[in-house]
Amino acid sequence: MSHAGEKDYFGAKLGIWLFLFTELLLFGGLFLLYAVYLHRYPLDFAAGGRGLDWIMGTANTLILLTSSLFAAMALTALQKGDPRRSIVMLGCTVTCAAAFMAIKYVEWSAKISHGIYPGSELLKNGAPGESVFFALYFMTTGIHGLHVLIGALLLAWIAARVKSGAVNTENSILLENSALYWHLVDLIWIFIFPLYYLML
Amino acid sequence: MNEPEHHIVSYGKLTAIWLLLLALTGLTVGITRLELGGFKVLGALIIASVKAGLVIAIFMHMKYEGRLLRWLLFLALLTLAIFIGFTFFDVLYRQEG
Repeated sequence: MSHAGEKDYFGAKLGIWLFLFTELLLFGGLFLLYAVYLHRYPLDFAAGGRGLDWIMGTANTLILLTSSLFAAMALTALQKGDPRRSIVMLGCTVTCAAAFMAIKYVEWSAKISHGIYPGSELLKNGAPGESVFFALYFMTTGIHGLHVLIGALLLAWIAARVKSGAVNTENSILLENSALYWHLVDLIWIFIFPLYYLML
Repeated sequence: MNEPEHHIVSYGKLTAIWLLLLALTGLTVGITRLELGGFKVLGALIIASVKAGLVIAIFMHMKYEGRLLRWLLFLALLTLAIFIGFTFFDVLYRQEG
């Protein structure tokens, strides 16, 4: 039955999706906290939300959507038998990830230099709802940022595997699953963006 | 099991979806800059859901997957909806103080 080199393609696909569902529930929990506290402290949340820079948020949204396009194109390129183009596309994805993290760094630094970070004196002495808002903001964007870092490292590693030929047109599941992980990172941001930057 | 079906999504289709996602992002930014009250929240969440649907269906190839994965996705989203919905049955009708 089984011979060397046989890959369980469907098993791998099912596995990554099950993992992605647990990620959805993880961020779902954070969104639930956001919704409940928004209901309790609508005015404080509105004040907190106005404190965030929606232009930087929009820039990061455009960057992540574009990075997702590159990741999807990297897979299309490999499936069409063009590993060189696939590597270029993966490079573009990782570059977008770096740009995203750079903007995130500027945003976080600005907030922290104004004394806004979890447990800061300013937040402790301020309105309780604002303290909750920024705690959730740092927690959610922090965990999301960690996912961006992990995803970028993963895709850089996959690019090296494509270059070496270990990941190729016949055996592309590693790229497929890593791209799925990357799209999930994009998917989560699609909700973080309006919730934190726009609608308050 | 024979060779699994690999649906290759063309560059053109991916680019079209990307443009649509950019347009929807512009639309969300636009409507949330207006003073629409509660509709702002509703509008922003509906647009975010449409964008998420496009990413899942095309970028993540869910449109071309078999029935099992689609049902599992439905189950995961249903679970999410139940735990958010049931929490609000509590939160919305709780007597404060």
